[in-house]
Amino acid sequence: MDRLQMRGISKSFGGIAALRDAAFSARAGEVHALMGENGAGKSTLMKILSGAYDHEGGEIVVDGVALDIQGPHDAIAKGISVIYQEFSLARHLSVAENILIAEMGRTNLLDSAAMHRRAGDLLRDMGFSDIDPRQIVGDLPVAYQQVVEICKALSRDCTILVLDEPTAVLTNHETEKLFDLVRRLRARGVCIIYISHRLDEIFALCNRVTVMKDGATVGTWETGALNHDQLTQLMIGRALSDFFPPRTAEIGAVALEVRGLMAGPMVRDVSFTVRRGEVLGLGGLVGAGRTEVLRALFGADPRQAGQVLLHGKLVKIGSPREAVAAGLGLMPEDRKQQGVLLNLPIRSNAVMTPLNPFLRIFGLLNDRAERAATEEMRRDLRLKAASIDADVGTLSGGNQQKVVLMKWLVSRCDVLLLDEPTRGVDVGAKAEIYRVINDLAARGAAIVLVSSEMLELIGMCDRALIMRAGRIVGEVAGNDMTEEKIIELAMGRENVH
Amino acid sequence: MFTEAARPGLLSLIIKYNIWIMLALLVAASSVLSEHFLTVQNIYNLLRQLAPLALVSIGMLLVILTGGIDLSVGSLAAIGGMFIAMMMPALPFDGAFALIVCVVAATALGALLGAVNGILVAVFGLAAFVATLAMMTIGRGIAYMMSNGQPVRFPKELPTAQLLQAFGNKGLPGLGAPWPVVFALVIVCLFVVLLNRTSWGRLTVATGSNETAVRLAGLPVWKYKFLAYTICGALSALAGMIVTARTAVGTPVTGVGLELDAIAACVIGGALLSGGKGTVVNTMIGVLVLGLIGNIMNLLSVPAYPQQIIKGLIIILAVLLQGVAPRLTRRV
Repeated sequence: MDRLQMRGISKSFGGIAALRDAAFSARAGEVHALMGENGAGKSTLMKILSGAYDHEGGEIVVDGVALDIQGPHDAIAKGISVIYQEFSLARHLSVAENILIAEMGRTNLLDSAAMHRRAGDLLRDMGFSDIDPRQIVGDLPVAYQQVVEICKALSRDCTILVLDEPTAVLTNHETEKLFDLVRRLRARGVCIIYISHRLDEIFALCNRVTVMKDGATVGTWETGALNHDQLTQLMIGRALSDFFPPRTAEIGAVALEVRGLMAGPMVRDVSFTVRRGEVLGLGGLVGAGRTEVLRALFGADPRQAGQVLLHGKLVKIGSPREAVAAGLGLMPEDRKQQGVLLNLPIRSNAVMTPLNPFLRIFGLLNDRAERAATEEMRRDLRLKAASIDADVGTLSGGNQQKVVLMKWLVSRCDVLLLDEPTRGVDVGAKAEIYRVINDLAARGAAIVLVSSEMLELIGMCDRALIMRAGRIVGEVAGNDMTEEKIIELAMGRENVH
Repeated sequence: MFTEAARPGLLSLIIKYNIWIMLALLVAASSVLSEHFLTVQNIYNLLRQLAPLALVSIGMLLVILTGGIDLSVGSLAAIGGMFIAMMMPALPFDGAFALIVCVVAATALGALLGAVNGILVAVFGLAAFVATLAMMTIGRGIAYMMSNGQPVRFPKELPTAQLLQAFGNKGLPGLGAPWPVVFALVIVCLFVVLLNRTSWGRLTVATGSNETAVRLAGLPVWKYKFLAYTICGALSALAGMIVTARTAVGTPVTGVGLELDAIAACVIGGALLSGGKGTVVNTMIGVLVLGLIGNIMNLLSVPAYPQQIIKGLIIILAVLLQGVAPRLTRRV
């Protein structure tokens, strides 16, 4: 019988279902892959397992007993640990103190020698005798910090271990060592749930794989019974819905041209052009460098090389201020941190740009002109708000995104860089944002759209560039623009076939 | 497995021991500038003056380690100093036992007010800056109200008071080390052990380093924060009593600006205001650095106002050394 069984799990956020009757089960002594597109519900399911979220329906059964998990700490006490990409380690403390932190609370005087011995034993057991338990965690490389995090879970008798994209931050060699560690844990009967986008890792390491899609479980297979193509099909197999509004924009002259852009390790020699009225997609896995391209273009991150031409003229953009002055607008990935000021009203957000055209002499605000312009945009964008004096924090995610757009409309930006514009907004708001994007394109704006959702790329873009490891690895357009093709490019041919 | 190797170069040594180097430089400068500096008498005087700041800085360090800040230390010191001055003559008995009763009572009062800070921050989740800012004005108000704003003098012939003054002004028989300094040293040693050798100490540091990690270990984060503020309050009251012992008068203006010196000492000693990093020993070096700066300038007869500017500049220098220098050595 399976050690862990999750049955009929449902969860919704603000009326939007994130999980619908999802099921998952895993055995002791296996590595079980959990796969699916971004937004398929993997993380939500694991957060329910780890006690970070409540679930609305269904049950979690471990060893035949239904568990009521009260919170993250309770989950850990019940032997369920999740290793996230961001570790919960006290960076200023030693390795031993971190591993044995829970036990420290149960004694008064510390026996450091004994602690170092125990932590050292655990590390040696895991094949990491080169980690000194006395070392300060913050001084360790990321891969070792991950090992410390895993050892911490083990010291608390963790029997169900969830690894969330553990290799995202590791080099190949480090990945090998991590795999050894995972296999060792499997041999001891730990039940390991492994989340990764890298297909080759799944086939190298996992016994079984469960695929999720749209908040539901597609099914569970023995890894050996599948090949790369079949697994890819299972993850994406859905017809392109007619969810996207029709496009009527006319494609005009080249608005933005980027030549040989280099910025840090995530942007390597990126070149492309976008025309007026065109929506250019920028696809790829999370961490492929898409956001970094936009940030470098916008002057938010330093550039090492590259030229940017706007409407055929070379422009120098060293800061976001210069970018806006040149006619670029950025809708950032993290709306609440970088896009809007939640506790200011809509109209203040709308004119919060270095190019506020409503300023009077000495930079005094022109209240009446601002209000009139904001009211007009509110009608234009069909912004749902009680009034333009409402705080942005009271709006829904989709409407907040519209406020972000407002300030670029005010500044008359005609090249818009949109970074995951529909992340975290509900389906209705998504359609609204798509409509606004199409409207802007129809008015002659050039749009660069970064999205992790392949359907969005296919539905919205005239063509899409796919990035991998900081480089553009291919372009898809027209009938070529399929989920299979995009995944293949994003993961690398060698990884898919 | 990993190629990241530590580089033990001269620069990293300088960075690692930057406050020790700073202290050494200041001592050297003082000795050159004045022949009176390296006399036992001057050193003892200097340390005697620094004893209250040392106590308060330890309390401040505890709070800073948890990621908080305590602005009320100066006010609580004033209350401690006033309270003991008023309580000694009021007791129906006197002598050593009476002094102990007074000290314990005043310390408990400081701890109580500190505990209020702790509850506001750890239980009600108020920002430490705000909660202790409020306590700072409340405490100062209490100190003024205790005597209508007047300094409190106590009868010199009272045996309890004589003991207190002896503590403030006399030293260890033979060695001559002032009692306040000896007392501060004992407290320093106590907290070195508590912070490094007990789980309470390590988890207090862990709370400031990563609260989530402590919470996920099933440990009561609020308790570590609460205790830090409580202890800080108690140490502040003790510091105020030492001031009263030295000057033989309790005044409500004791410790104005003390919180800034204590924060400066922690920061010079390398403590991170975001929590998780800082040691008692380094903080004491910070106290000495601050004290030496003042001492040098007094020896050079620098007027009081420029002194403040120079002190500020040296704080900036110390923090730059810690913050910027590591960035220079860490190249990608």
